[in-house]
Amino acid sequence: MTTVTAHHDDHVHHGPAKGLMRWVLTTNHKDIGTMYLWFSFAMLLTGGCMALIIRTELFQPGLQLIEPEFFNQMTTMHGLIMVFGAIMPAFVGLANWMVPLMVGAPDMALPRMNNWSFWILPFAFGMMLLTLFSEAGAPNFGWTFYAPLSTTYAPSSVTFFILAVHMLGLSSIMGAINIVVTILNLRAPGMTLMKMPLFVWTWLITAYLLIAVMPVLAGVVTMMLMDIHFGTSFFNAAGGGDPVLFQHIFWFFGHPEVYIMILPAFGIVSQIIPVFARKPLFGYTSMVYATTSIAFLSFIVWAHHMFTVGMPLAAELFFMYATMLIAIPTGVKVFNWVATMFRGSMTFETPMLFSIAFVFLFTIGGFSGLMLSIVPADFQYHDTYFVVAHFHYVLVPGALFGILAGVYFWLPKWTGYYYNESLGKWHFWTSFIGVNITFFPMHFVGLAGMPRRVPDYALQFADFNAIASAGAYIFGFAQLIFLVLVIKAICGGKKASSSVWEGAEGLEWSIPSPAPYHTFSEPPVVK
Amino acid sequence: MLTRFRRCLISAMMMVLSPAIYAAWELNMPQGVTEVSQSVYDLHMLILWICVGIGVIVFGVMFYSIIRHRKSRGVKAAQFHESLSLELLWTAIPTVILIAMAVPATTTLINMYDPSDADIDIKITGYQWKWQYEYMGENVSFFSNLTTSDRQIHNQDEKGSNYLLEVDNRLVIPTGKKIRFLLTSNDVIHAWWVPALAVKKDAIPGYINESWTQIESPGIYRGQCTELCGVDHGFMPIVVEVVSPQDYQVWLDAQRSAAQAQSAAAQQDWSYDQLMARGEQVYASQCSACHGANGEGLGSVFPALKDSPVATTGSVERHIDIILNGVSGTAMQAFMAQLSSVDVAAVTTYERNAWGNNTGDVITPQQIVDAKQ
Repeated sequence: MTTVTAHHDDHVHHGPAKGLMRWVLTTNHKDIGTMYLWFSFAMLLTGGCMALIIRTELFQPGLQLIEPEFFNQMTTMHGLIMVFGAIMPAFVGLANWMVPLMVGAPDMALPRMNNWSFWILPFAFGMMLLTLFSEAGAPNFGWTFYAPLSTTYAPSSVTFFILAVHMLGLSSIMGAINIVVTILNLRAPGMTLMKMPLFVWTWLITAYLLIAVMPVLAGVVTMMLMDIHFGTSFFNAAGGGDPVLFQHIFWFFGHPEVYIMILPAFGIVSQIIPVFARKPLFGYTSMVYATTSIAFLSFIVWAHHMFTVGMPLAAELFFMYATMLIAIPTGVKVFNWVATMFRGSMTFETPMLFSIAFVFLFTIGGFSGLMLSIVPADFQYHDTYFVVAHFHYVLVPGALFGILAGVYFWLPKWTGYYYNESLGKWHFWTSFIGVNITFFPMHFVGLAGMPRRVPDYALQFADFNAIASAGAYIFGFAQLIFLVLVIKAICGGKKASSSVWEGAEGLEWSIPSPAPYHTFSEPPVVK
Repeated sequence: MLTRFRRCLISAMMMVLSPAIYAAWELNMPQGVTEVSQSVYDLHMLILWICVGIGVIVFGVMFYSIIRHRKSRGVKAAQFHESLSLELLWTAIPTVILIAMAVPATTTLINMYDPSDADIDIKITGYQWKWQYEYMGENVSFFSNLTTSDRQIHNQDEKGSNYLLEVDNRLVIPTGKKIRFLLTSNDVIHAWWVPALAVKKDAIPGYINESWTQIESPGIYRGQCTELCGVDHGFMPIVVEVVSPQDYQVWLDAQRSAAQAQSAAAQQDWSYDQLMARGEQVYASQCSACHGANGEGLGSVFPALKDSPVATTGSVERHIDIILNGVSGTAMQAFMAQLSSVDVAAVTTYERNAWGNNTGDVITPQQIVDAKQ
């Protein structure tokens, strides 16, 4: 762990500008981080409402609330908004706030670009959401937008979707470049790479993944655009194209993308568990190596999303073995977190509760992931609710709980006040119970044979679907507790000290709470 | 708006009044009825128990720490960290476990990937939103459509026990024969899945995928499309009926003579009322999914037929041409291969006279036979 030797002086040269233009023109990493976090929370609620529409329709067999066409629009928009609007921007927001504070930098390396990478997002999502009100309706081909359903057979709103994806990609690439440059160039004297906090490490690797794969996504949507409007046949079999090529390109982006959504959460949890266990992280070095291995493997496992497309046997075997290998570094991480807790002196404030739930439930998602890697078994699991259960376990109690843990952990540093701990516990327990009631039964209906992305289902799946829908309401409304809690913490509460948590170490805990508008104008020295 | 509200109200009442009438707490993968499905099931259970075992150990240690090593019990934290030998150990053990899982998985997969020496070849083509089965070399081919009524789906009628899993024409195959499936698609990507056979394969336009099965016990096995293929993705089930080889032969002969009877029917005279009655059936099973139960269309992608120039003032020839050959670049597919001449004549007549279109046109099957040439 890092220790601080030189403390900077706290006098503030100037504060933030006043009024709305502060937020429009700001180049301050803290302001931009705050905007990213509020934006992603708004998107979480938007995508969550769509999830509740889906779960309400699926509460009972038969069509009650919405028709299949709108159902498909909801599943598509829910996926796109949660992936690109809620999870990814939330991590970028946390990085904006915390990376400069953790490495002792005065701001992000490229502050003006930082402003731009945020402000693209509302426009991209504004455009994507407006397609819901167009005559053609919103995109309805799933967030994976497989051709030719998303090209020859797509509604005309697909063009707006393509432009929105381009804008999101641009925003992500710029954000990633900014984070890489900040980490590599603006570290405080003495902070070598192997002294960096793990959140910084995981984000460094994530940023490289983003820079590597977002252009691939841009490529695939451009090929779609060409097919739709300029007469090419990349994915059109009738024109000599190849629909399976789409899936290879998409998942070459898509698989690293799922690690983009989980690696920063690994980092957050690795920051939190040692603090509340009052014990150093068990294996810092092996955590760094495990993260690097996961990132490397993420590039050579993409076709495990496509085991049923009819690849040759050798390809199926290669992708099965490569996918199974990911279990090893992931296991190393889980074992390290558990070993950190072992013989610690634990307390269970809300950030720790979310972190423990993360380790527990993410591992369950990892187990189902291992099951999915076994090709013959995958033939039965593929495109059923078992897969839905799997990726929601890694993304909701995985990525989202990681983000929530981070927000609780750092909120006193941002606002200067402790949040209300009992509200936090209410939020945690309702979320924890809700998430399991929602997603655990999906394993059962999936194994019993319910396909995903269907608006209606056979009668034998009815009971577990009803339970899952009830859980979804619990989980959904639990997030409003969080909203109230955050607003209360901004308005006031118990004053937070500069170190906030007993046993917290690192540069971010050396500055006062709330963090002044400008920090580390002179670099601290790390021993 | 009011009808939708009433529909919601009725279904809400039904929920309260009939709790758990569907009760079937199916928790696990079916073992299936083939050797392959059994070995897939065994593999699934093997990995499941390995995961449960690892979970018990890891979570056991974690919850032990949570209970014992808490500050409120006055525990002082140990400060140990970094242990190369421990890190190597918990890298090596999972590696061994993974190898133990990979071996049976590889054997099973190699077997599943061997469709050679098949007795019967069946070509399966996915359409939005139905399946076509062609018995290669047998001159038998037909489409398989969902038969669950729209009234059941919209909760106006009670749901049958095979709700959404019933079709008009089942895929009939004999016991004890190795059947090879050749899968492709006419439009978007579909996936053909019957859990009891552990066969799931994508049907992709421009590709022919292979899979196979061999079933020893007669029975009826149901499945569904598992790749999102558009608005009625949830409504294109698969029903496989396995019969004895003798019954299979009888069934094949019956299919052939039915096909002959159908072409003979095109030679007969059909009255307006007969055509309208048949047209209504054809429309409900083939057209209403996109063009609406009353020809009102769906969004901007699927145009209305009610009051549409195509079905009213436009020429009959153009109308027939669209049904037979589709409209390229749109979702309107070609029905030439899917519908008999009588069916096309009936549905054209129906569309030109139903819902107040009232053109009075009567289209004979002979016109369709001519148009096909």
